[in-house]
Amino acid sequence: MTKMKKTEAVRQEKDDPPKADSSRRSFLNKLWIVLGVLALVELAALVLAFFHPRKAREKAGDSEGILETGSVDKFAPNSATAFVRGKFYLARLEDGGFLALSRKCTHLGCTIPWSSKEMKFICPCHASVYDIRGEVVSAPAPRPLDLHPVLIENNIVKVDTNKVIKRSSFRPEQAVYAKK
Amino acid sequence: MDRRPRRYFIKEQPMLQPDEMPDRPSLFQRIRYSIFPSTLRTEKAREGYRRLFNSLILHFRPRNVPEDTLRWTLTWGLGGMAVVLVFLLLGTGVLLKFVYQPLPEKAYESILHLQNEVLFGRLIRNIHHWSANALILVAFLHLLRVFFTGAFHAPRQFNWVIGSGLFLLVLFSNFTGYLLPWDQLAFWAITICTGMLEYMPGIGLWLQALIQGGPEVGPGTLSNFYAIHTAILPVSLLILMPFHFWRIRKVGGLVIPRPPGQGSGGHGQTVPAIPNLLLREIAVALVLIAFMLVFSMLFNAPLGSKANPGLSPNPTKAPWYFMGIQEMLLHFHPIFALFVIPTLMLVALLALPYIDYQLNTAGVWFASTKGRRMALIAGLAALIGTPLAILADEYLIEVAARLPTIPTWVTNGLVPLAVLLAAVGAFHFFMQRNCAASNTEAVQMVFVLLLVAFLVLTVTGIWFRGEGMKLVWPWDAGT
Repeated sequence: MTKMKKTEAVRQEKDDPPKADSSRRSFLNKLWIVLGVLALVELAALVLAFFHPRKAREKAGDSEGILETGSVDKFAPNSATAFVRGKFYLARLEDGGFLALSRKCTHLGCTIPWSSKEMKFICPCHASVYDIRGEVVSAPAPRPLDLHPVLIENNIVKVDTNKVIKRSSFRPEQAVYAKK
Repeated sequence: MDRRPRRYFIKEQPMLQPDEMPDRPSLFQRIRYSIFPSTLRTEKAREGYRRLFNSLILHFRPRNVPEDTLRWTLTWGLGGMAVVLVFLLLGTGVLLKFVYQPLPEKAYESILHLQNEVLFGRLIRNIHHWSANALILVAFLHLLRVFFTGAFHAPRQFNWVIGSGLFLLVLFSNFTGYLLPWDQLAFWAITICTGMLEYMPGIGLWLQALIQGGPEVGPGTLSNFYAIHTAILPVSLLILMPFHFWRIRKVGGLVIPRPPGQGSGGHGQTVPAIPNLLLREIAVALVLIAFMLVFSMLFNAPLGSKANPGLSPNPTKAPWYFMGIQEMLLHFHPIFALFVIPTLMLVALLALPYIDYQLNTAGVWFASTKGRRMALIAGLAALIGTPLAILADEYLIEVAARLPTIPTWVTNGLVPLAVLLAAVGAFHFFMQRNCAASNTEAVQMVFVLLLVAFLVLTVTGIWFRGEGMKLVWPWDAGT
């Protein structure tokens, strides 16, 4: 008899536990879940942050920043000169303007060679073709070659390889001219 | 199922009594007994130990299996082969880890050192290389086998998802391993593949920088790929694989093969897994290992010249398993070729078992007689249609050039995709009107259509693309 009562009581407690208790319990359970999610987010943020300093360090060490390429007269109009260390081409347009073109194909990142015979950059990977201004002559490249800022000081052409300028088309003001 | 209680432990271990022993054991016999006391056990005790060992195997295999599922033409041993290859890869991979150095200045030299100076170094690398490629092939065929025998129907739906996850892990393992030799082949394949990430809307650039560990493929990329390839992916594989197998056990084993038109009729006869299943598995494993060994002795894993970031080779191709996607790049705008279409493909793959099917065709090859015919027609249609579409796009259609005012993602992306989907839809409608098939057969038909189309793209990319990615005959492409 007593035993039956006991099991009955247990069952009752299982079916509907005391009200005050249940709200406290559900609150605590929810608190656990919230804390757990917070901990996971924190962990994910930490893991991502872990990968960051290496990236920053490499960027700083990779390029010395501003690269001196030589005097203005060294570059003939309508020519492109490769700079392996800075990973760019210094192009001099017909009218004497300078453009520093990244050698990275904007399609998938292959290195484009300059063909002085055809006056074009022809990507060996997927046959994108750019003209001397970096404009796309033939797809699949989606946009012109990226630019680096060019500075001309005391008739010396300098290129800031740390900065990359993305563009959707060539505009005359992108070219830099030596002061007369 | 047989539920007789069985003893897998040994109560007493009777030894040979003195009068059963040879008269006076010689020195060698005494030494032998001292090293292997078990040889003194009686026949009965040895039998007990054998059973103990068998019961260890039975932790991984059921005691009894339906006899029909042992049939070679049900599984082709493909799942087992994948497991064997994974273990071959783990073994050779650990050996390679002792020699390989994941730094751009040293990686290529360490591979040369491995091949030229380490005893069997080249063989170990060959086995690792060819096993990795074979694993993609075997895992893919396994996926096809599961699909075409309807082994994704309830209650096996979620195991299809796990299997797809495993397949992605295998692909990713191959991809991360591809960079490690740091030769021209590796460097440029990874450059263009990570370049593809750029087109992912929103997070693409961020993800690319994270994976490359810097602005371009370099030391950061190599250490990232090395860590992923040798730690994260193998561990994930080893966790997911047992989960995959356990789900098979939970649903009572493999699908029971049956001829079309016959209802599923229980288990049929069951036989003990030892030796029926075990011997078959060992036979498959041994033949496969022997094959991989001979193949690796005959054919060397490719190694180009050392990576040169200033010189892209012509043509630069992705690893062969991504050639289908690279081929799509030539026909679609990058956002579509690299993001929209692969995402749609992946979603379709994962959603496949959750479609509300009219027929559960588990165990019937190609669903039914009608299903077989429809699959054949779809396969032929794709086999003829895809090359024609490639040729047309290559030589005839110049949509983007004619409509320069409309952005290329519409002319080269949205429009061709819509045309493609319309073609698939029309094919589906036409077949449905002629065959009046259930949706089980119809889904299979569309699957075959897309599968064959993708295979044709892959084959085109691997063998029919030469310098400047122009269409060439395979025998001209090599030069």
